[in-house]
Amino acid sequence: MKYLDEYRDAAGSHKLAREIARITTRPWSLMETCGGQTHAIIKFGIDELLPKNITLIHGPGCPVCVTPLELIDRALAIAAQPGVIFCSFGDMLRVPGSNRDLLSVKAGGGDVRIVYSPLDAVKLAEQNPGKAVVFFGVGFETTAPATAMAVYQATRKGLKNFFLLASHVLVPPAMEAILRSPDRRVQGFLAAGHVCAVMGWEEYIPIAAKYHVPIVVTGFEPLDILQGVLMCVRQLESGRAEVENQYSRAVRREGNRPAQQIVGEVFQVTPRKWRGIGEIPQSGLGLREAYAAFDAERKFGLGDLRVEEPSECLSGLVLQGRIKPHECPAFGARCTPEHPLGATMVSSEGACAAYYRYRPHP
Amino acid sequence: MTSIPNFNLSCPFPIENYPQVLMAHGGGGKLMHQLIGKMFLPAFGNPMLDSQHDASVFEAGGQRLAFTTDSYVVRPLFFPGGDLGSLAVHGTVNDLAMAGARPLYLSAAFIIEEGLPMETLWKIVASMQQAAQQAGVQIITGDTKVVDKGKGDSLFINTAGIGILDHPLKITPASVRPGDAVLVSGDLGRHGMAVMAVREGLAFESAIESDSAPLADLVLQLLRAGIEVHCLRDITRGGLTSVLNEISEASSLTLQVEETLIPVREDVRAACELLGLDPFQVACEGRFAAFVPERETERALAIMRAHPHGIGASRIGSVSDQRPPRVLLKSAIGARRILDMSSGEQLPRIC
Repeated sequence: MKYLDEYRDAAGSHKLAREIARITTRPWSLMETCGGQTHAIIKFGIDELLPKNITLIHGPGCPVCVTPLELIDRALAIAAQPGVIFCSFGDMLRVPGSNRDLLSVKAGGGDVRIVYSPLDAVKLAEQNPGKAVVFFGVGFETTAPATAMAVYQATRKGLKNFFLLASHVLVPPAMEAILRSPDRRVQGFLAAGHVCAVMGWEEYIPIAAKYHVPIVVTGFEPLDILQGVLMCVRQLESGRAEVENQYSRAVRREGNRPAQQIVGEVFQVTPRKWRGIGEIPQSGLGLREAYAAFDAERKFGLGDLRVEEPSECLSGLVLQGRIKPHECPAFGARCTPEHPLGATMVSSEGACAAYYRYRPHP
Repeated sequence: MTSIPNFNLSCPFPIENYPQVLMAHGGGGKLMHQLIGKMFLPAFGNPMLDSQHDASVFEAGGQRLAFTTDSYVVRPLFFPGGDLGSLAVHGTVNDLAMAGARPLYLSAAFIIEEGLPMETLWKIVASMQQAAQQAGVQIITGDTKVVDKGKGDSLFINTAGIGILDHPLKITPASVRPGDAVLVSGDLGRHGMAVMAVREGLAFESAIESDSAPLADLVLQLLRAGIEVHCLRDITRGGLTSVLNEISEASSLTLQVEETLIPVREDVRAACELLGLDPFQVACEGRFAAFVPERETERALAIMRAHPHGIGASRIGSVSDQRPPRVLLKSAIGARRILDMSSGEQLPRIC
């Protein structure tokens, strides 16, 4: 397939792996930021091609996984209400709340629908004026423009029955949180290519300089990831800490300006709690006051819901790259995709799901 | 009256896990297998059911017969390459074929929702008739029920089928041997993507048409040519991944397949890539996996490729007695990983 097969080429992959091995003189730990990259690494077995002294640490870049439990519970409470059409991306449906998931709400009679675009939810609101249509907006900078556009369209159409339950998060503050942690192991980053396609890579320059850490904007296919690793190791071996762009076929330095503009129009940067990690300042997107009428949390008044995470789930440590999924005692035993303890086991970008699906387990 | 072991009248499912049936319990993945294993098998269990083959084979009057049933609930009723009617014939005929049987007769039961346009029903019935004729079976008994508007989602069809075995082979997972070759009869995933494209209103550059087809004739040609077929399994819900895991589990053998040898058409791969779906987990309705001795591979492939429903047949891997038994996939870049069955339905991803 064009634009895919050439990036999954076995000979090219092995050549890059040999070059990485040739230039590596000591151990390096790199973090791939995005869960999509984690899945590609495990699915294709990219880590098995790398020399032993290169360690890939899986980062927090799974938006489904970092959505706080209380927000999931709020989503479940809203979705179960009569007169509500609850729209979500498919990923969220199996994510466990405190005692159920959206699929169970659907089985119990809730009107839960998978949409492929937030604009589909706007269309549903137009077609169902008697219902409250709630869109669960989850994602990093990649999906935020589409959510923002949905809210913007709803305003222009004068819709009073469209609401947004927003859980958009930002990558750079999370990278800084990881770099500030006292037991920091990460020496270089593969930044998330899709996020940078929207945001560009200028905002990573101060991070690379401040923490003296190389950051390579990287794609998602085997050759992309291996080339990203090679560029990162080259910097580390020569003592450089710069931002470089491996994914130049999709990412420009300034990113996608119109997409950034619509996000800035509808959202403002807010503090945000990350599931398993805690609150990170300036790391989320919330609706601006001018769009507050679309805020599902205000409309349904569930703001004071507080819940405890199951203590058995170590997804927080997984999301921070401090343990690998199979090092969690619950992995594959008490926690499986059929009976997940945490979101990392069910999301298509979750690290635990990748290990369970592609690696032998008990 | 004989007592049934390991069965009591309390629900055998731990209630705290799944107090209600989810869509995933019918998705062909792990949850469905758990439901069958924990509820249906303990309730009805007998050696024939326990073999969990597509059709059960039994002896009557000195003849070996195969018997199977399936219900068809696909939405929309019409999709590129087929419809509910043709599917209701192909699916049941194929289940008989997977036991190595020559399909003879079908039953057809219709559950019709009040208000369904007569013309729609006629189109489905005409399509069934045509499919039955093409597959060489007759529909010899049936049932008609109409339910209130809102209680039936337009139309459901159940068919059951009976076939006859004209050969002495035992075509079951237990006959699979280390050293067998794993073959598939054509490109994978087209039915699932055709239905999904129509259902979700996804417009791709060209319409992907379903692979729905009757497979009995192709299977009978293999058998008549004297190919020593060890096992057959049609690739339906859960896709190739479910089939391979079922056979590995039932035979306690390891199956090793290669990603680059598994045929998936480019438009299907592109659509799956876009939606974040795994083409190896997408349903077909006119494809099967065959397990034959390695020495029979070329002859079997030649017969399959000469048949209109087996043009894309390929050898995708082999069987070994490596422990523990599992399904291993050699990835496009040469690394090895497991191919695990999904929980239930595949869900499109966020980004």
